[in-house]
Amino acid sequence: MPPASSSPSRLGLGDRLFLAAVIGLPLLALLIFVWLPALASIALSFTTWDGIDLSGIHWTGVENYTQIFTNYPPFWPAVGHNVLWLLFTALLPTPFGVFLAYHLDQKIQFTRFYQTAIFLPMVLSLAVVGFVWEIIYDPDTGLLNSLLGAVGTDQHIDWLGNPDLNLWAVLIASAWRHTGYIMILYLAGLKSFDPALKEAAALDGANGRQTFFRIVLPTLKPVNVIIIVVTVMESLRAFDIVYVLGGGTGSKPGMELLSLLITDNIIGESGHIGYGSALAVILLLVSLAAIGAFLVQTFRKEDA
Amino acid sequence: MTQASRPTPAAPGPGRRGVVGGLFGLTAAALAAPVLTACGGGPSADPKTVTLGSNGADATPKSAYAALTKAFGEQSGLKVKTNTVDHDTFQKSITSYLQGTPDDVFTWFAGYRMQYFAKKGLAAPVDEVWEKIGDGFGEATKQLSRGEDGKYYFVPLYNYPWAVFYRKSLFAERGYEVPRSWDEFIALAKRMRRDGLSPVASGYGGGDSWSVLGAFDYLNLRANGYDFHMSLLRGETSWTNKRTARVLDLWRELTPHYQKSGGGRSWQDAAQSLLDKKSGMAVIGLFLGQQVTDEKIRADLDFFAFPEIDPAHGQDAVEAPTDGFMLSRKPKNQDGAKKFLAYLGGASAEETYMGVDPSNLAVHQDADTSSYSALQKKSAELIASAKHISQFADRDSDPGFISTVVLPGLTEWLGHPDDGTATLKKIESQRSRFFTA
Repeated sequence: MPPASSSPSRLGLGDRLFLAAVIGLPLLALLIFVWLPALASIALSFTTWDGIDLSGIHWTGVENYTQIFTNYPPFWPAVGHNVLWLLFTALLPTPFGVFLAYHLDQKIQFTRFYQTAIFLPMVLSLAVVGFVWEIIYDPDTGLLNSLLGAVGTDQHIDWLGNPDLNLWAVLIASAWRHTGYIMILYLAGLKSFDPALKEAAALDGANGRQTFFRIVLPTLKPVNVIIIVVTVMESLRAFDIVYVLGGGTGSKPGMELLSLLITDNIIGESGHIGYGSALAVILLLVSLAAIGAFLVQTFRKEDA
Repeated sequence: MTQASRPTPAAPGPGRRGVVGGLFGLTAAALAAPVLTACGGGPSADPKTVTLGSNGADATPKSAYAALTKAFGEQSGLKVKTNTVDHDTFQKSITSYLQGTPDDVFTWFAGYRMQYFAKKGLAAPVDEVWEKIGDGFGEATKQLSRGEDGKYYFVPLYNYPWAVFYRKSLFAERGYEVPRSWDEFIALAKRMRRDGLSPVASGYGGGDSWSVLGAFDYLNLRANGYDFHMSLLRGETSWTNKRTARVLDLWRELTPHYQKSGGGRSWQDAAQSLLDKKSGMAVIGLFLGQQVTDEKIRADLDFFAFPEIDPAHGQDAVEAPTDGFMLSRKPKNQDGAKKFLAYLGGASAEETYMGVDPSNLAVHQDADTSSYSALQKKSAELIASAKHISQFADRDSDPGFISTVVLPGLTEWLGHPDDGTATLKKIESQRSRFFTA
């Protein structure tokens, strides 16, 4: 009998079949459900297609891309809005979520209640979130305009209709959700934080702020990475809440986002699958670049 | 000893491998399920059932369609299974819906929008049905029901006009008079504003941006005429020419009199402001009546044709969208579906529908109109007197062009109405993408 080391001949036929099935089928599923559509999208982005008959696919080379970059009015506003979304989310709700998590982790009264309350928006279905904010922003009977009316300003503000304002209105709604999400992620990290480190810092005379920035934040690096990745991803793929608050019919002036432009072209009565795919490929490249650069940078340092 | 006799750890109950294998089998089954059901979707339906895909999700049309299917069921012994989808969602997903396993019969709109799907082979011709129902319809309706290849694809149920609606009692109280010309119209709007009203109700928020097209269509029809309007919508004319720019110029005279914050309001709320006498007028379709719950208010509603701008065109065009039904390309119950369509194209079906939803007009010539309200009678006269009947911008044009190019352009422009050069240029730059033959 061979030694019980990792010799492959130890595996019987049944084992091999089992392994092949266990690895092969998920791989097949991955190929069919993820890679095939992704590659098909890339291929389609060089064609025009109405989405009906396969014979309707016509090769057009990079025509879609040149059109998008040079002659598609909503494209550059959409890119700008995506960037704005990223900056806003990274600078306000994300740090605020971390801030809340840090404080709720202390032994304060009713901390469970606060945690639940702040996390609640994340639990609600998006349709509900959409309705909630629609009610708040309604120009005639909305909470916000009623409050403004009650304090005497006779302004009739069209929160969701005004193209200069509506993106901010949606960003507030999105921040409302995002804060709770980041808070719960960070809170989970803090639970695993070794309190001895904090005690040591306190013995060395560190104040609260120093403890957080010098001890807690560096120690929780893996969680920080997750939070940054989540923030970037959420900002780039931002779609649902804008879609719901925009009335569920696609992009609206002032609220264009790359993800919405994709659905504008692909879903709808007369599809432009090729054009939409080209937009999707652009979004994919941007996402890959952002996330890839960040992950490589983070983990390279770790390995060194 | 052979390897086969190698002892395996005897595990009580299901071993690790068994559990993994079991889970794995479940996953595989779950993955395979959609594929299998997709294969099984052939013509297996029972011959006693016809399916109807309906976009009539609002309360009134929903119960009207229910009355139709019930009446048909009693008459034919067939059962109609209705699958109702939200109005806007239905339109959005129509392409994938028709390519999947659509219902046998589905609700749709006449015009370019119907011809598009006929041309793409996503709907089946219904000439057979028209042999039975053809006598009941005038030539204009027949023309609306045919595809570009001359075959029939559409069975109409009703139409309704767009006009400027108002409340008679409000006009009487304030001494307003119905305007005939554009100048009178603007003067009236100014006067209403001085009286503290919102002259023109406006609500194109959320998914309701289509509602601004009523004003756009009428301005174009009145200023430039039907032929120009149609060629503009079919992508045959440049959007940056002077005549289109004039439409926005005219519109700019009216927009200061629009109800404020229209971009965040639903059309229903805008309609309500007219019913509440907070707004003086509304450019809207007869379906406005679906919002009315108080019969006294219904009797108080009236409309006038959109005012004349260029005497050469007068008020010769009426926007009267026609709704009806189409047959999907591979109906599971072909015979039943055709029987159902023949019923829907009959006078009695229209009467049944009108009985529940009086905000529309029958298109069948023999349909009994004696129960029409005054408003319906007036609507029917308006349509009958028209020299040209248009459908609606999103039905007379490529709907994708309208929804992803024209509507965002126009709603953005409505936020800050300027001379429109930039807006029209943006629209024009996208035209060729949608209208290459």
